[in-house]
Amino acid sequence: MASQMISAIGVVVAGVFACALYYWLSDKLLQVIFPVSDSNIQVASRNLNRRSLVRPWLFLGPALMLLGVYLIYPVIATFILSFYDRSGANFVGLANYRWAFYDAGFRQSIFNNLLWLAVVPAVCTFFGLVIAVLTDRIWWGNIAKSLIFMPMAISFVGASVIWKFIYEYRGGNETQIGLLNAIVQFFGGDPQVWIALPFWNNFFLMVILIWIQTGFAMVILSAALRGIPEETIEAAVIDGANGWQIFWKIMVPQIWGTIAVVWTTITILVLKVFDIVLTMTNGQWDTMVLANLMFDWMFRGGGDSGRSAVIALVLMAAVTPIMIWNIRQANRETEGH
Amino acid sequence: MASMAMGIRRVGLPRLLLHLSVLLIVILWLVPTAGILITSIRDRDQITTSGWWTAFSSSTQTQAARLGAPSAAQQQGSNYVISGNVFEDGVEGKVREFGIRIADPREFEAGETADLGEGETLVINEDGTYIHSKTGPFDGERGRRVYLAVATPPVFTTENYESVLTSQGIGQAFVNSLTVAVPSTIIPILISAFAAYALSWMEFPGRALLIALVVGLIVVPLQMSLIPLLRLYNEVGSLLGVPSRSFVGIWLAHAAFGMPLAIYLLRNYIAGLPKEIIESARVDGASDFEIFMKIVLPLSFPALASFAIFQFLWTWNDLLVAMVFLGTSRDQVVLTGALNALLGSMGGNWEILAASAFITIIVPVLVFFALQRYLVRGLLAGSVKGG
Repeated sequence: MASQMISAIGVVVAGVFACALYYWLSDKLLQVIFPVSDSNIQVASRNLNRRSLVRPWLFLGPALMLLGVYLIYPVIATFILSFYDRSGANFVGLANYRWAFYDAGFRQSIFNNLLWLAVVPAVCTFFGLVIAVLTDRIWWGNIAKSLIFMPMAISFVGASVIWKFIYEYRGGNETQIGLLNAIVQFFGGDPQVWIALPFWNNFFLMVILIWIQTGFAMVILSAALRGIPEETIEAAVIDGANGWQIFWKIMVPQIWGTIAVVWTTITILVLKVFDIVLTMTNGQWDTMVLANLMFDWMFRGGGDSGRSAVIALVLMAAVTPIMIWNIRQANRETEGH
Repeated sequence: MASMAMGIRRVGLPRLLLHLSVLLIVILWLVPTAGILITSIRDRDQITTSGWWTAFSSSTQTQAARLGAPSAAQQQGSNYVISGNVFEDGVEGKVREFGIRIADPREFEAGETADLGEGETLVINEDGTYIHSKTGPFDGERGRRVYLAVATPPVFTTENYESVLTSQGIGQAFVNSLTVAVPSTIIPILISAFAAYALSWMEFPGRALLIALVVGLIVVPLQMSLIPLLRLYNEVGSLLGVPSRSFVGIWLAHAAFGMPLAIYLLRNYIAGLPKEIIESARVDGASDFEIFMKIVLPLSFPALASFAIFQFLWTWNDLLVAMVFLGTSRDQVVLTGALNALLGSMGGNWEILAASAFITIIVPVLVFFALQRYLVRGLLAGSVKGG
């Protein structure tokens, strides 16, 4: 164990050192190849130009290489693989897409993903906004916020264990040790195996992600609320608006852009939800979602790269509008600089 | 009373309601984690017989015990008496109630003299001592069976942690998680910072396109990368004769997957540094390399810290990348993977699951509370500014 830690730290030191060495050496090399001396002004300025032409690519090189190998090449390869059979060797045209269209499991996953998309971003944003407004008004608001924000540091797997314990079911006359069933029993209801109730179990899984992500929405929205000019609220108060009206008619419209950002950020996260479903149900009892279906097909019976590629492409298609919107937004900002 | 009423009036009912509702939300948010934390230090028998919310009060269980055999009876006057203790050695607890039929184990209070008919009486005291007497000799070979409602005081233990850290392999998984997360966090920082500097302060054709590419890549689902990379890793592995699943492989994968966000966050920050500083350094003859190392890197510390926290939380908490790029053997499995495997194999053993879960979440939670400032700053820079 100790030796493994030491070698990991060794890797960190060596890696950082190697990176620094690369940038330093490449910079030095550039100066050797394109020397700038005082004797010949023309050559010197030409070499200076050449240097500044090459240098950005030396700085960008390692990053672009990683991006190329791990993100750009795979996106293209996944697209191509979706037209090939399970081994990736034989071209099968649109067969994988046709399979997806008629497959019951795929349709179930699409349905569940849509359900997640409809519920989680909306609930997180709403709760986040409400909690942000409430906590901004009390002296211990920052402590409250930090505690509600805390689940964001917990892994989806850890959160799943935490919530599985809440949903725990004990059969027969045994004492219920799951909090939810104990509460249900206390009010005279019958304990249930919550995560095995088709359709409704989706919501019990969503609760976990809502628990994790509400803090994120709260933090972002709370910062936006603080940016609202005091005068607009004061003016509304003078005009006799009540708290409810101020919230909906004055505050919400001014932070509309931030609400959209929070909503889309959580939407992207929800599209890729994987760990929670894997650890809670592994897709049983009609809870399968696209990311888990894709993972299943990647390894099921030796793996079917064609079908899982199609499922990955569906996810990609779903984020594409958000991606285009983000790029436009960023372009506008860079031009503004 | 009067002063309290005054206080309420001064605070105002709506304000009190505000405080109470925030308190309620905070409690609601903390209860799930508290459940796991408390369960992880409870005795395993108590976990299965009572809810964790009763952990601090003693739990009452029904037990069966057998009184002394008739042969042990001593004659006292006209009465035959068997006495002793219903608790075996070492068992702690207090008898609350007792009974002689399984259907009604709470028929009699502890200390009360139970009339069992035909001149037979039984007293069981709180501490478990009993006196069983009869006006005539006892018959039969074996002692009478009694049922007890026993209150056991709360028992807290570190045994669960000792057990998961050693025998369940969580200790090794913890080291594996650190082995994955630390290099995966630090290696991309320098690489992305250089790229971010080039994208902010160097003029070259295609710069706007590259920025757009980086922004676009932030949202590309990981799922798009998995299949080709798995094939690539297998090919490289067989080509070089090395295992395709290794720590080196996952370090590079994590570094690359974190790169778009890193470049984006750092570029936003570095591009916002005051122009005068960088230009005056240029006039003084500093090269870009020197400007970067001596001026930009130290000034960008807050942004670097934000990204490092993100990346650490993400790599520590990741399950998908580890499942694809690392093996499941003991010397490679990370905490999330080990916990997931335990959920499958130790379904109802909550003492093991709770302790393992707590070990899994403690490091990121500590990092979170210690460095929350930077995390929030990074979140705001990452989502409010650029979207």
